[in-house]
Order: sequence, then structure tokens, then C-alpha cells
Amino acid sequence: MLPAVAALVVVTLLPIAYGFYLSLTSYNPVERGGPRFHGLDGYVAVLSSGQFWQAVLVTIQYAAGTLILTVPAALGLALLVNGRFPGVALFRSMLFLPRVVSLVAVSMIWLWLYSRDGLFNYVLDLVGLPPVSFLTDEDTALLSLILMRAWKALGGGMIIFLAGLQAIPKDLLEAAAVDGCGRWRQFRHVTLPLLVPITIYVVVVDVIYLAQSFSEIYILTSGGPLSSTTVVNMLIYKEAFENYRLGHASAMAFLLFCLIFALAYLNIRVLSRGGRR
Amino acid sequence: MSLATAGRDRMVADRARPHRGPARWRRTALTGMATLLVVTPFLWMLSLAFKPPTEVFTYPPRLLPQQPTLDNFVYVWETTNIPVALTNSLVVSFLTVLVNCLVATAAGYAFARVDFGGSKLLFILVLGSAMVPAVVQLIPLFLVTRHFPLAGGNDILGQGGTGLLDTHAGLLLPLLVQPLNVFLARQYFLDMPDELADAARVDGAGELRIFWRIYLPLGKPIVATIAVLSFTGAWEDFLWPLVVVSSPDMQTLPLALSSFAASGVVQYGPLMASTVIAIVPALLIFLAGQRHFVHGLGSGGVKG
Repeated sequence: MLPAVAALVVVTLLPIAYGFYLSLTSYNPVERGGPRFHGLDGYVAVLSSGQFWQAVLVTIQYAAGTLILTVPAALGLALLVNGRFPGVALFRSMLFLPRVVSLVAVSMIWLWLYSRDGLFNYVLDLVGLPPVSFLTDEDTALLSLILMRAWKALGGGMIIFLAGLQAIPKDLLEAAAVDGCGRWRQFRHVTLPLLVPITIYVVVVDVIYLAQSFSEIYILTSGGPLSSTTVVNMLIYKEAFENYRLGHASAMAFLLFCLIFALAYLNIRVLSRGGRR
Repeated sequence: MSLATAGRDRMVADRARPHRGPARWRRTALTGMATLLVVTPFLWMLSLAFKPPTEVFTYPPRLLPQQPTLDNFVYVWETTNIPVALTNSLVVSFLTVLVNCLVATAAGYAFARVDFGGSKLLFILVLGSAMVPAVVQLIPLFLVTRHFPLAGGNDILGQGGTGLLDTHAGLLLPLLVQPLNVFLARQYFLDMPDELADAARVDGAGELRIFWRIYLPLGKPIVATIAVLSFTGAWEDFLWPLVVVSSPDMQTLPLALSSFAASGVVQYGPLMASTVIAIVPALLIFLAGQRHFVHGLGSGGVKG
């Protein structure tokens, strides 16, 4: 068993430590001589580059946009399938399907949906609107990615909300009903406040994942057009494996870690304050 | 039951009965429509995968192929890199599952039941490392893979060659041990009674034997959970293969799909057929492990 623990340390902890050392160096593997230590210079350079802050902004927009679409919709679906009626088990598993399928596979499907002859342009044509180049237009690319990612995140959110709904004691809703609360007021004053902890969980876990988005963006837009969809992870990839600035990229990776930590913390604070009101 | 509560119960029962008869079916219809909307992309994926090329660009697009065909699958199988990529993905994913089921359970067991020096602190560090974004480890792991001693033309100091880049071993490296799996295994073994180990110890069994013969066989749900999680993790992984793989022979399915989609004019029929091929194994594994999976995850949150 101790060898297992040792392997764990070698594969998880050492790379992080080595990565932190690299972030304090300037290292281009194409040049000779290995990493050159330069302290916090790399961090200063990253923090003073407009490109980095632009990527931070895109990352926040991407995560926030996806959450704003997906969290209410997932809650709605959970309310819909929380009950006994014909077909409910089938509906639950079908709604969960996007969660089981990989992001790369999902991106392939949406590549067609967004294409010139795809479903979305067909629907636009039906209502008499001109076609849109969803993924190659600077104004729509990020929004198109957000819509896809929100769809992908629906099922997972729904299942967690469903578990939350089923944990609410029936007596509470009944007591509210006795006191004359209609369905809306039961939902607003009993169900919703009790769902706050689970909402925090859904949002924080999603933020951690969304802030690390890469594959769907690489496949559908590769960060373009005009870096309108270049999230921090995309920028790190390009710095490291296209420009070979490994020290610089490592510093960005640690700053992304800080960003994720800050976003998660902020969400916990804001949402738990909202729950107390 | 007193009279007062009986009266209240009737009132509650009256309110809690909206889903009967036609109302029940109304809810089925409403949920059915929402479900249909959510699965629409999958329906079009299947539609395109089974359509002959002539029908792909017909306007208006039709959901049901007029002449369903397997031509796209045949084309993908005979002329593209998908079969090679499927083999690579299966090899990497199953090896990942095998190693994770052994190493993560052993490490989890050690953290749960064996007190060794600094075990608490080490566990916190490992758990903390699970919260660090994968990209932080990406560059160090890339350098380790490239400078792996005595591999791919490297000398003992890891210089001169390409190391484990573009090999199965390189693809596997970061997938072999996953902190989240260790965490789940630890929580599971913490919940198990100590008496089992004590009884075995009286009979003279060593710690390894106790783990292998007693606790691991009792831990099937957690092994199933780890198997599902590590399979999907390896199956879906994109960034690491993108960084490590350079030749078509080493491509995994996500890479093959992505280069397929990036190759000039996209052929949507074969692309969707390949997507179906990429989805089915993951779906099967998920369905097979689902029952254990939910149970295994549920036990994770009980004890800290």
C-alpha cells in the first residue's frame, strides 16, 4: 500500500511543486540551458499583459453566461421530473444523456447544428431571418459556445437538484399548504430557501469546471475569431505549446488557479447571503 | 389521531392530489416535450450518421433518412483513422481503469486504516491537489514525459530523445493515479467496521493480506465507481493527448474526431458516424456501472 501512496505523491504533488518552480523561471525548451530563475518577474509580466486580462474576462463571461442559462433550466427540469407520472424514469435518464457524452462528441454534433446548413440556420430561415455564421462571427461565437455548454451541463444539474428536492420533508410543504400558501408561495418560501446549499454546490462545482474549459473551444473556434473566445486555458496552451514559453505559461496556470479559487469563494459568499434573506 | 389533525390531513390530501387522471398525462406531455427538445441534437446526430451523402445537404433538412444506410460507418471503418484511434482509446482507458482500481483502492485503504508518519497531512495535500486545475500539472508532466530517462532515445539524464512522447505509456502517465478516486476509496474504507481487520489479525494475517482478501472484496461498489470515473476520465481526455501525441498512429478517439472536424470541408455523415462510435462505449460503461456508481458516490460524503 505504501508504494501506492508514493506513486500518488509522485504523480500529483511533485508536478505541482515543479510547476510552481517553473512559474518562477523563464524557460524555452528550444533554447539551450534549461530554466532560468527570475523570481516573480513572470507573474509581473503576465499581470501587466492586456492579453491575459482579456482572457480572464472571456473566461468569466463564459462561466457566468453558462451558469445563468443552465442553473434555472436545470432547476425547472428537476421540478418537472420530481413526481410520479407515466414515463418519468425514461425522461430522467434521457435528460441526463448530455452529461454522459464527452464534450468532444458534443462539439461534433453542435458543429453541424451551427453550420451554414445546420439546424439553427434552418430555424432562422423558417422565421424569415438571414443566416448567421455562429462560430466564425465575433459577435456570436462566445454566445454559441455558452449555449452548447449550458445544454451539456443541464442533465448533471438536474439530477443534483432532483436529489435536493427529494430531501425536502413533505411535512414542511404540507404545513405551508395548511397555512394557505398556494403552489407558487410554497415554492418561493419553502422549497427555494431549502435548495440554497445544493445550488451553491452546483454553481461552485460548475465554476471550477467551466473556468478550465478547453476542448470544445479548441475544436469549435480555437479561441477565435480575434481571440473573442480565448479563455485562460486556451491562452496557456498557446503560450506553452505554440510559443514554447513554458515559464510564462506556468505562471498563467497558477494565476488561473487563483482565479478559480476566487470565483468559487465569491459564489459561496454571494449565494449563502442570498439564502439568509 | 385526534380530530383536529384528521381534519388537517384531509385538507392536505385534497391539495396534494393534482396529478391524477388527465393532469398526470398533461405532465407527461409537458415533460416529454422538454425531453424532446433536450435530446434533439442526438436525434440529428443519428439522422446524419445513417443518411447517404446525397441527403445530407437536402433542404429543408429531414430528421428521418429516406434511405437509411450504413455507408458512413463502412467509410469511416475502411478509410479513416477511427479504427486505430478506437483501439488506442480502448487500450488507454482499460489500462487506466485497471491501475486506478488497484492503486487508488490501496492508497485509499492506507489513508483510511494505516497510521503512518504524516498520513493526515499527506492526505490533505493530495485532496488539495485535486482542486488544482489540471493545466497546472500539464507543463511539468509534459517535461517529465519528454525527458523520461532511457526512453525514446533519451540517455540516463533524459536528454537527447523524445522520451515517452507519442507512446501509450506517455498517454497513460497522468491518468494512472487520480486523487479523487483515492478520496472516494478512503471514505468508503473509513465506513467499514474495524472488527473485520482485528479478527483477521488474530488469525495472523498481515496488512496487505487483510486489504486484499477482506476489505477489497467487500468494496465492490467503490471499485465499480472508480472504474466508471477513471474510464470516462481517460475516454474523454483531450488536452493531454493533444499535447503528447504527434503521429496519427497514437491518436485517441477525441483527437481523431477533432482532426476529422478540422480537415477542410467537413463530411458530416462520416463525422457523425464516428461520433456515434465514440459515444457508445462510454454509454455502455456508464449503464453497466450506474447502480454501484450512485451508491459509491453517496457513501463519499458521510464521514470526513
